[in-house]
Amino acid sequence: MTTPAPGRPTPGRPGPGTPGPGAPGQAGSAPGPRAGAPDSPGTAHTVLSGADIGRVLTRMAHQILEKTAGGNGVVLLGIPTRGVPLARRLADRVRAVEGVELGVGSLDPTMHRDDLQLRAVRPLAVTDLPDGGIDGRTVILVDDVLFSGRTVRAALDALAQFGRPRVVQLAVLVDRGHRELPIRADYVGKNMPTSRQEAVAVRLTETDGRDAVMILSEGAGR
Amino acid sequence: MMRHLLSTQDLGRDDALLVLDTAEYMATVAGRSVKKLPTLRGRTVVNLFFEDSTRTRTSFELAAKRLSADVINFSVRGSSVSKGESLKDTAQTLEAMGADAVVCRHPASGAPHRLAAWVRGSVLNAGDGIHEHPTQALLDAFTIRRRLGRVEGLSVTIVGDVLHSRVARSNVWLLSTLGASVTVVAPPTLVPVGVEQWPVAVSYDLDAVLPTSDVVMMLRVQRERMTAAFFPTEREYSRRYGLDADRLAAMPPSALVMHPGPMVRGMEIASDVADSTRSTVVEQVANGVSVRMAVLYLLLGGTREVP
Repeated sequence: MTTPAPGRPTPGRPGPGTPGPGAPGQAGSAPGPRAGAPDSPGTAHTVLSGADIGRVLTRMAHQILEKTAGGNGVVLLGIPTRGVPLARRLADRVRAVEGVELGVGSLDPTMHRDDLQLRAVRPLAVTDLPDGGIDGRTVILVDDVLFSGRTVRAALDALAQFGRPRVVQLAVLVDRGHRELPIRADYVGKNMPTSRQEAVAVRLTETDGRDAVMILSEGAGR
Repeated sequence: MMRHLLSTQDLGRDDALLVLDTAEYMATVAGRSVKKLPTLRGRTVVNLFFEDSTRTRTSFELAAKRLSADVINFSVRGSSVSKGESLKDTAQTLEAMGADAVVCRHPASGAPHRLAAWVRGSVLNAGDGIHEHPTQALLDAFTIRRRLGRVEGLSVTIVGDVLHSRVARSNVWLLSTLGASVTVVAPPTLVPVGVEQWPVAVSYDLDAVLPTSDVVMMLRVQRERMTAAFFPTEREYSRRYGLDADRLAAMPPSALVMHPGPMVRGMEIASDVADSTRSTVVEQVANGVSVRMAVLYLLLGGTREVP
């Protein structure tokens, strides 16, 4: 999911808001050059390289193991499109670290979105829950970019259709701020303060042929 | 996606596949503990039926309700329509009530097209005269794809009262768009004029085409639409064009038997064939709900303004 501003026209949205990260600075292992919007219009600025993403995911896998007491009863549900391969990669890393097998699946929240009527109709993606379902489990939703929080809200509603998890947590590769709902992530790959005029583009080998996280300022590849 | 669903002739290959793929998602909803999605909350769907049809109306109603739309059933009996109100007046009434979609069945071919010009919402053709019944064709294609894994390259034989069948017309267009080769089989009196313009082969001999058919779709003989003698006796029709156990045995082992319902057992289809594992009749009903949910979502789920 490339994440341009939600509800594109954004009528009557209050001015600057408070830019900055929602979660405290657990910045990733790749501090990288500050994403201060490059002045020249139409530039793509790489914030995380493929190697950086690998390190970030390894750290997140460790954090998941730490916070869930060894991954007991954990189900990773990726939000399509790019949350799904991220969930698989996290499960692979957890297996490599502790030999624990986590449940992996996907959850498409589209039918529960509150902004459907603002855009052209969206195609639906696959929802695929691991055997054993989610009742009484610790479900970790996995997405590439956390922005307004609306996708996560829809995913929480979608989840309720399938049962009642004991705990629901959220893991994101990038938190770019600008939340519109009281939602925060439990595991953050990288906090990346952005302006609304910028777009964060996540590229993954499984979906795009290469790994990278970029900030596109206005005019670049949009 | 377009604004109305009036005919399968309007559906391009990509649109048709989008409906089938979306229906695949909708089919999973039926297996959940909560079978309802909030997607069309606040939208109003009117079922406007000028002809009796319990199964199609119920299917549309269930589909709309599973998507949380409000459903109003507007049936002819007991309404002003039977007092002489015109289609246009009815349309204006629905418009004033703020219908977001009108599901229309009408005995006159083309009535939904007229309706589409008069209302702001989406119009879904649920069968107009002897013209089209697009959601039936979509659910048939969906059923074929689920059972046989594809539609492209298959040989589909449509048998029976092709002349009066909107199901046949919609299927001919849709299945050929999706890459199937379609043969219609009927007594010469029940083959419509102009069939040579259709993308089909025509045969009068059922036994000759059965061995090469991947799907055999039986049509009901629509006595209520017959104004002349199209065949000598029902027994003769049944002997030449009915699907019985012997004919089923002549079909390839994986071939499907389909029927849009309601079936006339003993006429176009023998009872043991209708109940065999090769028959998809019951699946077609279940798939109908998924396909209609998909169509309602695709027509009503996004913004009204076409980007």
